[in-house]
Amino acid sequence: MPDTHFYRYDAYDRALVGERIAQFRDQVRRRIAGELTEEQFKPLRLTNGLYLQLHAYMLRIAIPYGTISARQLRKLAEIARKYDRGYGHFTTRQNLQLNWIRLEDAPDALAMLAEVDMHAMQTSGNVIRNVTADHFAGAAVDEIEDPRIWCEIVRQWSTLHPEFSFLPRKFKIAITGSPNDRVAVRVHDVGLRLWRNGQGEVGFEVIVGGGLGRTPLIGKTLREFLPKDELLAYLEATLRVYNRYGRRDNLYKARIKILVHEIGVEKMREEVEAEYAATRNSALKLAPETIEGIARQFAPPPLRAKRTRVPEVEALKLENRAFALWLKSNVAPHRVAGHAIVTASLKPAGAPPGDASAAQMEGVADIADAYSQGELRVSHEQNLVFPHVAIESLPAVWRALDALGFAEANVGKITDIIACPGLDYCALANARSIPVAQSISTHFASLARQHDIGDLKIKISGCINACGHHHVGHIGILGVDRNGVELYQISLGGDVDFGNTALGSILGPAVEADKVVEAVDALVATYLEARIDGERFVDTYRRLGAQPFKESVYGNS
Amino acid sequence: MEILKEEPLPPEVPTLVLPNTEDVLALGDRLDGVELIILDFPKFTDGRAYSQARLLRERLGYTGELRASGAVFIDQIPFLLRCGFDSFASAQKGFSEALDKARTLFSVVYQPTGDGRATANELRLQRRAAVAA
Repeated sequence: MPDTHFYRYDAYDRALVGERIAQFRDQVRRRIAGELTEEQFKPLRLTNGLYLQLHAYMLRIAIPYGTISARQLRKLAEIARKYDRGYGHFTTRQNLQLNWIRLEDAPDALAMLAEVDMHAMQTSGNVIRNVTADHFAGAAVDEIEDPRIWCEIVRQWSTLHPEFSFLPRKFKIAITGSPNDRVAVRVHDVGLRLWRNGQGEVGFEVIVGGGLGRTPLIGKTLREFLPKDELLAYLEATLRVYNRYGRRDNLYKARIKILVHEIGVEKMREEVEAEYAATRNSALKLAPETIEGIARQFAPPPLRAKRTRVPEVEALKLENRAFALWLKSNVAPHRVAGHAIVTASLKPAGAPPGDASAAQMEGVADIADAYSQGELRVSHEQNLVFPHVAIESLPAVWRALDALGFAEANVGKITDIIACPGLDYCALANARSIPVAQSISTHFASLARQHDIGDLKIKISGCINACGHHHVGHIGILGVDRNGVELYQISLGGDVDFGNTALGSILGPAVEADKVVEAVDALVATYLEARIDGERFVDTYRRLGAQPFKESVYGNS
Repeated sequence: MEILKEEPLPPEVPTLVLPNTEDVLALGDRLDGVELIILDFPKFTDGRAYSQARLLRERLGYTGELRASGAVFIDQIPFLLRCGFDSFASAQKGFSEALDKARTLFSVVYQPTGDGRATANELRLQRRAAVAA
């Protein structure tokens, strides 16, 4: 089994996770014995990953910075089989959700998770959540520095933070190390973007107050350039300002984006900088040895440059159209010659986006061991990524994925849909999301057609909390409830590409569930007719405006 | 209500009772001679007093008694201790036994705070230095 090329727990990390499980076991016992009320128990279970859905408890397992080893993935499959219904759901925050956990089993499931150095801490609740990173980190051609080093530093600092465990609301951090943003850095409570300044130094742009939900806002730059070793001091200052001044009178106005919006980014900056000035030279300043110690664990696997043109690959490309399309959409360049980054699509036509059975997880783990240094990534688009595949292995990887049903050549295409769990699982939802995604992906199943349509991101949320990120979909679909009828509001023009972060605009009146596919079909037809060379759907929309699209869905009246 | 403190202070000590909306950095001479500060948790999910406590201890150098009052429950103790609270007014049954246990519940901490505990990172660096020596 290959060594992992990311952070490995030491005795301290293991001790902390073990002690946390022991504490939670006691909390569960006290809850069952009636010593804790549900109100008292709720934040305790949430910060251990246990969320109450419509039908059962859901366990949200942290996959820090979306990086997971084959061995860890096999354990997730085992837990899904033993304590759930044999499948799991990969989320937009690079986590895995098991939907049918029993309360009394939760501590045992967590103990099993700890066997492979994983946990479910702070995947829910009003705390600093699991930090997300670029799913191509450590392999991307355009990367300045591996963001996961910083994610791990933040993970440790934020875990059981004594001051920030009862924040006004949840707090989500994302870090990118590439100029091509793949983490939606401007729609997080704090987004961190590594970049190189004029002096050749690498530091962070700190972005604050972005977010979707009921009040979608694009994050603002709090600081242009932060020296890397002061990251924790700056984050602690930011969180302290938020903890002291964030609103607590209204759940819907409690995120940091509302604070920034209400006091203005200048005032926010003044407060954070004052706090930071008082703490920047404290023990929070990261020693070079600390950074090096963690960075060393993310050292890339020793890949040797290989040939990039492989006859078998070229031959298969000519004889098999599905393989050729898959190379185009699901295979991305790698920084080492003769290698590639492969995305396994968890969106086969007609399937719930992001779901994987235990057997599929094991199959994927086997592929990672054989062809990708035993390592995998979860993307925020709910797919799985093999970061280090030799080009000569692509036919074998494709065949193995095909056998699992994960070789759909649709990454970035119209059926690569992000959808929240919706009313099928979620107590907050107004409408179902998964069946809508399924009917769209069934309708547009033809791969040739999908590739003709090109890059088009559909994102579906079952309520205004926007877990399906509908605000930033090229086509966003929001489920609403009108007098007990599930209707869907369509918006166009959202985007999360860096520099292009935009929120979509509502196209017109919400449509009934069985009209959604028809509407999307009309929008696509309008685009195909109007596009000029190389334009994506969203480019055509930006050029023409909403009118022609509106007419195609609602007619001329 | 039971006040938990190693050596309880006499009732007439100079005391400051602060709501969790108070900006402790603006207290100025109101802190002079104070030996007991009582911070309030109106709801246990309202975490503002944790920041107040750390600022009092770590920024303002307050060394007197710091009491958590209001919705103060067993499961907050590890956090309260790390933020500098050393006295607790809790109505919860079993709180005092839990307080003793909470001191050793977590052998590892990641964040440097005013409680002076060595963080995992500090211990790692010490260990590495010892190996190198």
